[in-house]
Amino acid sequence: MAQQPVEMILLKQWAEHMASPVWLMDADGNLVYYNEPAEAIVGLRFDEAGEIHAEELAELFFTQAPDGSPVDSADVPIVIALNKREPCHAPLRIRDRTGEWRDIEVTAMPMVAADGRMLGALAVFWEVTR
Amino acid sequence: MKARLWGTRGSLARSGPETVRYGGDTSSVEVRGSNGTLIVLDAGSGILRLGENIGDPPERIDILLSHLHMDHIQGLGFFTPLYDPEIMVHIWGPASATMDLRTRLTRYLSPPLFPVRIRDLAAVQLHNLGPGVMEVGGIEVTTATVTHPGYTFGFRLADNGSVLTYISDHEPALGVADFPHDRTWTSGTELAAGAGLLIHDAQYTDEEYDARVGWGHSTFSQAVAFAELVGAQRLVTFHHDPSHSDEFLDLVIDSLHSDHVEILGGRVGEQYEL
Repeated sequence: MAQQPVEMILLKQWAEHMASPVWLMDADGNLVYYNEPAEAIVGLRFDEAGEIHAEELAELFFTQAPDGSPVDSADVPIVIALNKREPCHAPLRIRDRTGEWRDIEVTAMPMVAADGRMLGALAVFWEVTR
Repeated sequence: MKARLWGTRGSLARSGPETVRYGGDTSSVEVRGSNGTLIVLDAGSGILRLGENIGDPPERIDILLSHLHMDHIQGLGFFTPLYDPEIMVHIWGPASATMDLRTRLTRYLSPPLFPVRIRDLAAVQLHNLGPGVMEVGGIEVTTATVTHPGYTFGFRLADNGSVLTYISDHEPALGVADFPHDRTWTSGTELAAGAGLLIHDAQYTDEEYDARVGWGHSTFSQAVAFAELVGAQRLVTFHHDPSHSDEFLDLVIDSLHSDHVEILGGRVGEQYEL
């Protein structure tokens, strides 16, 4: 596997030290990392999942709007941040590996290197009670 | 391809009897391609002596700046070919998100910090450098960012099947509990993969590193571990701490061991053939 850009390496290292759940997506839409607090919410250890390719994401992680209505995969904040290169915040529900729905708030932003390279996107999310 | 060390010291030049063999001048390495191309890696104080010993003046010199910390640019204004209108000097270095290389370098190369302005130099061209691959006089130069405070590059030079990798300032272990973790998530691994010669940061001892995490540098043992991880053939220790005397460096470097990598203490004036 090719080496990640150093900016992504530093982001991963930062995420490893955070109590907030963090996802990192590369420029191709692959989920390249999520940290331990995120594992607790999605119910799957990253070491088990490994890098998840863009086309597999929707099969592994089901999301919907807080009212239970479906959310297109293109409308998930981290995908919006990646595709539109703009920050995005949204309330969502995510179904973990046990089948339980969890209410979360997600804030995502695009990651652009100092030289303009699109690196991917970062999403920070946390569980809420509605 | 040949490489000669003109400055191996990190952070601050230190002259004196205790730094004679490893050298007290800051980062500068001369690389000669198989067809005579001259590339200079960094312009620390060591570049002064390179300028004085350059031999037959080449028509063109390319200086690659890994980053703009003072110990990597402080010799630039003293590099005599910059004042020779017959020699075209190309300086490649990192721009920032808001400033080009010229603007960034001008902060130093202008009064009151320096009497000569860049615009007064005879035949100098500045180039904003970013990650990627380019060819310089028949040498393929790959540039990539590495973990070090600020925007910092490492370089991979490939010529006629031989590879030299230069990562002068590098903290690949930053934040990684079990370094070396894996090549995918370790800075610099693509640059250094299979290098015949790896010139790499070795600023601290393990004991010193504990109080300097995040400063952007490696320990000697991390440099060896990194060289093993990437499958380098030879490791040259570089960017030695100004507090480390020749005697101390002998002790530390002699204690290093690898079954796979030849470990060489980076001494000023040493030349390596690839």
